Amino acid sequence: MTSRVSLVQRLSALGPWLLVLPATAVLLFILIIPVAGTLAESFSNPAGLFANYRDFFADSYNRTVMIRSFRIAFLSTLTALILGFGGAYMIANSSQGLKRVLLILSVFPLLTSVVVRSFSFMAILGRNGVVNTALMKLGLISEPMEMLFTQGAVIAGLAYLFTPLMILSLVGVLENIEDDLYLAAGSLGAAPVAVFFQVTLPLAVPGMIVGSVLVFTGSLATFVTPTLLGGEPQMTLATLLYQKAMISFDWGVANTIAAIMMGTAIFCVVVLGTIAGRISARRAVH
Amino acid sequence: MTGRRIHPLSKLFGWLVILFLAGPIVIVIGTSVSDTPYLAFPPQGFTLKWYANVFNHSGFLDTFIISMQVAIGGTLIALVTGLAAAYALTRYRMKIPGWYGSVFFLPFFIPEIVFGFSLLKTLIVQFQLPILPSLILGHAILCLPYMVRVIGASLAGFDFSIQEAAISLGMHPVKAFWTIVLPNIRSGVIAGMVLAFITSLNDMAVALFLTGPGISTLPIEVFTYVQQFFDPTVSAVSVLLMGVTILVMMLIERSLGLSKTVQ
Repeated sequence: MTSRVSLVQRLSALGPWLLVLPATAVLLFILIIPVAGTLAESFSNPAGLFANYRDFFADSYNRTVMIRSFRIAFLSTLTALILGFGGAYMIANSSQGLKRVLLILSVFPLLTSVVVRSFSFMAILGRNGVVNTALMKLGLISEPMEMLFTQGAVIAGLAYLFTPLMILSLVGVLENIEDDLYLAAGSLGAAPVAVFFQVTLPLAVPGMIVGSVLVFTGSLATFVTPTLLGGEPQMTLATLLYQKAMISFDWGVANTIAAIMMGTAIFCVVVLGTIAGRISARRAVH
Repeated sequence: MTGRRIHPLSKLFGWLVILFLAGPIVIVIGTSVSDTPYLAFPPQGFTLKWYANVFNHSGFLDTFIISMQVAIGGTLIALVTGLAAAYALTRYRMKIPGWYGSVFFLPFFIPEIVFGFSLLKTLIVQFQLPILPSLILGHAILCLPYMVRVIGASLAGFDFSIQEAAISLGMHPVKAFWTIVLPNIRSGVIAGMVLAFITSLNDMAVALFLTGPGISTLPIEVFTYVQQFFDPTVSAVSVLLMGVTILVMMLIERSLGLSKTVQ
């Protein structure tokens, strides 16, 4: 009898773990093991541990694609940061009712498909697009400009894709800056511009870092936007990965690209995330 | 809090950002009713023929049905596993270490295209799993973080002593969960399902690698269509997709409040 009771007790002590087990198993078998497999395979070239990487970087085309991807991701992060800050700053300082409307307006694109959002930029930047039509009606240009399949188009499309994420990362941070700080700064004689640069901006840094990590890793990993807005001339790591995996079936190179993308994402999340955490923690102590 | 005063120039910039975010959607809606075979904005004339085109192109309907199956399947798997995990993580905070909860956010940090490619190699090539179940499992992973997060947030506000009182009065723990806990976190469960559903419905990265001959999802079909024909039919599909999203957003708004869900 006593042994049975203890068995029941032991089972119920396991209860919490039994409840997280199904989710953990799904995550382990469908996400962690497959992705870890891809990482491992990127090192499994018989010619040596780093042979895949050596081959990848030996090809000047690959290097060009990689540098272009990082440049596009960096520039779209910068654009999203500037736009997102502007949007979040206004939303955070709006009255409650307006805040709700503006937040819904800026988050709505996030809930539509990436294909739809990239397509909308084709409609804007295309030969018969909104920008060309407007410029020609105004008489500023006589022939439509070729704006699609340029790096600018990809950057604009990615900035559009990710600015809502930046706004979400920043609105909370900017809202939480206490009114007292502004009052104090103002009463000590700081001009509004000085208050912005010496109070608002430094306090928003952790939110800016978190948002930038999301936008940078997202921009690097997005396939649809560079394909539709950039095409072949603007090949990025994500589009090259797809091409190697699904068109030329060169899985060695695809594994390597996947591992490079994973490494970049881990680096951004861990390093920049830690910096953001440290800054917030230091603020909390003071 | 009422609004703080900000510089008129930063207000203007803020409005331009909102315009940048909302403008493209207005343009897509405009081009979808334009009576021209190419995308025109402002629309010239008015027609609904592009919407009729959507329903006449069998690819869109067929893939919509598959997308719905995948979204429902993925959401349900994520719901069952995620609800149990969220419950255990909040209820037994003392027994399960805090870092364990963040494991379920891994899908947010792994580049989706890497995930899709890895799934192709394991589920399809290695284990020879058919496409439909592979897609459902892949989407379940994409949905899981939303479930754990949103349901976890509503469980955090639940007073577990009510459930304990019922159990101590003799109610079976499982019945106590169904009749006491679940009704109290209903809005969180609905919000989690809705977010998961939208995520699955919009996914490209996983479907890109897992779809094959005969089985494709709606976003992939739209993507393929855009590359072949650049006409207002895509605008019409986009508007219809947005309609579904708005419907679903209204559901979240009614059950939980959007601002709570997204922050």
